[in-house]
Amino acid sequence: MEIPYTVQIRPDTGLYNAKLGIWLFLASEVMLFGGLFSAYVLLRVGAEPGMWPHGWLNVTLGTVNTLLLALSAITTLLAWAACKVRDFTKFKIFHACTILLALTFLGIKSYEYHDKLIHYEVQLTNGKFADGHLVEESKDFDLAKKNGTVTLHGRIVEKEEELMDLRAPAAQSAKLDEVTIAATDIKKMENYGPKHNTFTAIYFTLTGLHALHILGGTLVIFYFWAFGGAMWKTDPERFTNRIEVSGLFWHFVDLVWIFLFPVLYLT
Amino acid sequence: MSESEKPVCLKSYIRLCAVVFLVVLCTTSAMIATSFSHIGEGWTLKVALILAIAVVNAFLVAGYLMHLLSEKKLIYTVLAFTVIFFIGLMGLTVCATNGFPPGTVSH
Repeated sequence: MEIPYTVQIRPDTGLYNAKLGIWLFLASEVMLFGGLFSAYVLLRVGAEPGMWPHGWLNVTLGTVNTLLLALSAITTLLAWAACKVRDFTKFKIFHACTILLALTFLGIKSYEYHDKLIHYEVQLTNGKFADGHLVEESKDFDLAKKNGTVTLHGRIVEKEEELMDLRAPAAQSAKLDEVTIAATDIKKMENYGPKHNTFTAIYFTLTGLHALHILGGTLVIFYFWAFGGAMWKTDPERFTNRIEVSGLFWHFVDLVWIFLFPVLYLT
Repeated sequence: MSESEKPVCLKSYIRLCAVVFLVVLCTTSAMIATSFSHIGEGWTLKVALILAIAVVNAFLVAGYLMHLLSEKKLIYTVLAFTVIFFIGLMGLTVCATNGFPPGTVSH
């Protein structure tokens, strides 16, 4: 049995079914990300004065990722346009670019996550705070048994508030050095993972969900790129519509990043 | 007729994409410049400006790359409902930041 309206326009909607379907799906996605953005607003507005982080994320990497996604959105559109003019070779080239750009985006995101996971804030028993990237732990290091030492590349500050605004002049001029701390001097040691504070929690949630969308979209695009040849030969118009629908999803993922980047990296 | 039903010229799409990418490049630069500038006291004005620029960026992607500027009425209707619900969601969020029930202890 043939599925109706995969190519032909349905008279009552004026659209082929998959296109209406993807727009309804995208509408639900707007509400999904909208809920998380509203959580971000609540967390940010509810933070104690001076306790909302600024400058914790690498703006250069965020900018590169923004441009990579913008470029991938463009190559997706061009891949669809190539299908419309029945040029399968150009479709393959443009969609190969999309896949490479998406994988680069995910690679950069993974690097950023890794950077946060090896970045530690150590509360010392004298009330001060050590902050920096993990260099090494001594072989006998055991925080629970208070054995050994840990070395960070960072600095020691008097108050936790000093670690919040990394764009402040004091933070900008701070000299980073290797700091070795004995386990006996450590009250609490925690990396900048999701449970560190509300900022890292919402950062990992928003960007993690977005990265999952990127991964899902990349898999779909890869499937069409690698195995789309058969449908292209038998029903090119239907294949073109599939590329349009996957492209709409990809543009939506780009749209979400257009707001994630300024909200998390620039403000 | 929506954009996807019209005949397509690949060269004109490449030109359109080049323009869109240049504008995205400019708006992204403008957002970064605003973020590191010393406009206003605190973050309120900066956040408003940066989000306004992000909306321009989003308009380009939605309008030209997603062809929303020339879509069918049904899609506009679906999106209109989405916008209404999204505004409602954000409205509730704003209300929640101001209206705590009596007796709420703030930590």
